[in-house]
Amino acid sequence: MSYTQLKRVDLIFDTEATTKDILQTAWSKTNEQIVNELLESGLKGRGGAGFPTAMKWKFTSEQPEKERFVICNADEGEPGTFKDREILFKVPQKVFGGMAVCAKVIGATQGFVYLRGEYRFLLKELQKQLDDFHGILKDLGINFSISIVMGSGAYICGEESALFESMEGKRGEPRNKPPYPTIAGFRSKPTVINNVETLVYAFMITKHGAKKFKDLGTADSRGSKVFSISGDTPKAGIYELELGMTVEQFVEEFGDGDTKAVQVGGASGFCVPRKKFKDTIIGFEGVPTGGSMMLFNSSRSMYNVLHNYLEFFEEESCGQCTPCRVGCQQLMKGIEAVKKGKKHAAYLEQLMKLSQTMKITAKCGLGQSVANSFSSIVENFKEEMIY
Amino acid sequence: MPEIKDLVKGLAEAHGRTRESLIPILQGVIAHENYISDEAMTEIARELDISAAQVYGTATFYSFLDTQPRGKYVIRVCKTITCAMKGKSLIIQELEDLLKIKLGETTPNRKFSLLETNCLGWCHKGPAMLINDEAYTELTPEKVREIINEYIRK
Ligand SMILES: Cc1cc2nc3c(=O)[nH]c(=O)nc-3n(C[C@H](O)[C@H](O)[C@H](O)COP(=O)(O)O)c2cc1C
Ligand code: SF4
Ligand code: FES
Repeated sequence: MSYTQLKRVDLIFDTEATTKDILQTAWSKTNEQIVNELLESGLKGRGGAGFPTAMKWKFTSEQPEKERFVICNADEGEPGTFKDREILFKVPQKVFGGMAVCAKVIGATQGFVYLRGEYRFLLKELQKQLDDFHGILKDLGINFSISIVMGSGAYICGEESALFESMEGKRGEPRNKPPYPTIAGFRSKPTVINNVETLVYAFMITKHGAKKFKDLGTADSRGSKVFSISGDTPKAGIYELELGMTVEQFVEEFGDGDTKAVQVGGASGFCVPRKKFKDTIIGFEGVPTGGSMMLFNSSRSMYNVLHNYLEFFEEESCGQCTPCRVGCQQLMKGIEAVKKGKKHAAYLEQLMKLSQTMKITAKCGLGQSVANSFSSIVENFKEEMIY
Repeated sequence: MPEIKDLVKGLAEAHGRTRESLIPILQGVIAHENYISDEAMTEIARELDISAAQVYGTATFYSFLDTQPRGKYVIRVCKTITCAMKGKSLIIQELEDLLKIKLGETTPNRKFSLLETNCLGWCHKGPAMLINDEAYTELTPEKVREIINEYIRK
């Protein structure tokens, strides 16, 4: 009953309008109208990087190369994230619908869903839903089809250029950027790649117009977002919430009364300690998140938490570039040495520097973001690293 | 190994003989054989007209494309943070006791392999594991016993 009650939203899982209705609405609009509505809505990518969706679609539609693709990134591998699975399970047609609208805007006739291998159990039902969806497209005379491509257990394949490599039958090693996917993506053709959730929002914005979405959230973080909430909480699960809340408000609603830290954005995100709950906004103006929110109470050792993350990164690093391949190993060895007393506490400073070097020199987002959790945990829980 | 040859040929016919078919073919071999043998890799290379090194390089990149012999049922227990917090060690312990193997091993009758894996996307219902494609969540040692007994009877 506190004043901080978070606002629940129901855009993603709402099934009031049929896919067919929304597609008809979309096809009654010009591409320009659709892009302008998206722009006006302020929708930013929900896969982590937060690039404005309208711009991505617009840039791709403006390329001289006419063969273009739309890809749904359903590789969801960030620790603490499980919302895309739920979206694909509950409202798959809305995901496909978002892809179709994107295809209309960019002039694509082929789309792909890249589904992580861990979600293969979804495949049968998803394929059935897709067949139905293709039926709807046929009824409406829309020339677009989608195929589902399966991943095989590699977190890095969620990184867009690694995902293209994987779809091309290769090791999932990220490419150099630029060129960006809007210019050269899958098969080196202009490609829009969007997160599952982004596509559903784009679809719903086409239905409702920009206002309903834009009225939610803050100037930098418009709309609502689906959160995956886990860890020490009595209310673990999936919630669609308005953006713009502080960590304090979040903890008041989802904490167990003893929350000492919240990891916002998964292992590659930031760890917010209790003393910063009040002043930290969850969103692009504060700590961004692809939806992963993990709560830790005071019974947890933050050393163990960090060690677990580093193990994750060390295993999932594609090994292609030295700062990340060697950096992840050295960070892990380093905190182990400090914990065992083999290295002086001051060594942590050097490790922090190493993580910052990785941020600057690593080739892709994996290596670049190790510093996020590393610095925020080591800085705020130094004693736990040492004793 | 004529069976492997036929299997790979069939998969190549179903998926096509381009580089883009490589991973679907490798996944197909896993579905039938539980792992990708050297013979399978050389055969795939021949069918797709690429070098065996490329097949090997691709296969070994992906954690679900095992290149070591595995059991009929591959158990992958999530070891990432929230599952670790919710007691994945007890789950592994229970599985090791039940199957009488250690992590990373396969039972002598080639029925089960026990592995760890990273976040499975069931963090709100940890600990979680996969047996082949099937997900099992909110595990307790008792629940694990029931599940494994069912597989033993299969
Ligand atoms: C290591 C790494 C893993 C990623 N994993 C995912 C993922 O599983 N799903 C996803 O949508 N985006 C993931 N991304 C972000 C994608 O590269 C890309 O930015 C995103 O799919 C774009 O979609 P959006 O604009 O709708 O957010 C990952 C990025 C990195 C660096
Ligand atoms: S930063 Fe890591 S994951 Fe990314 S390309 Fe380099 S080694 Fe690979
Ligand atoms: S941490 Fe185990 S399923 Fe995500």
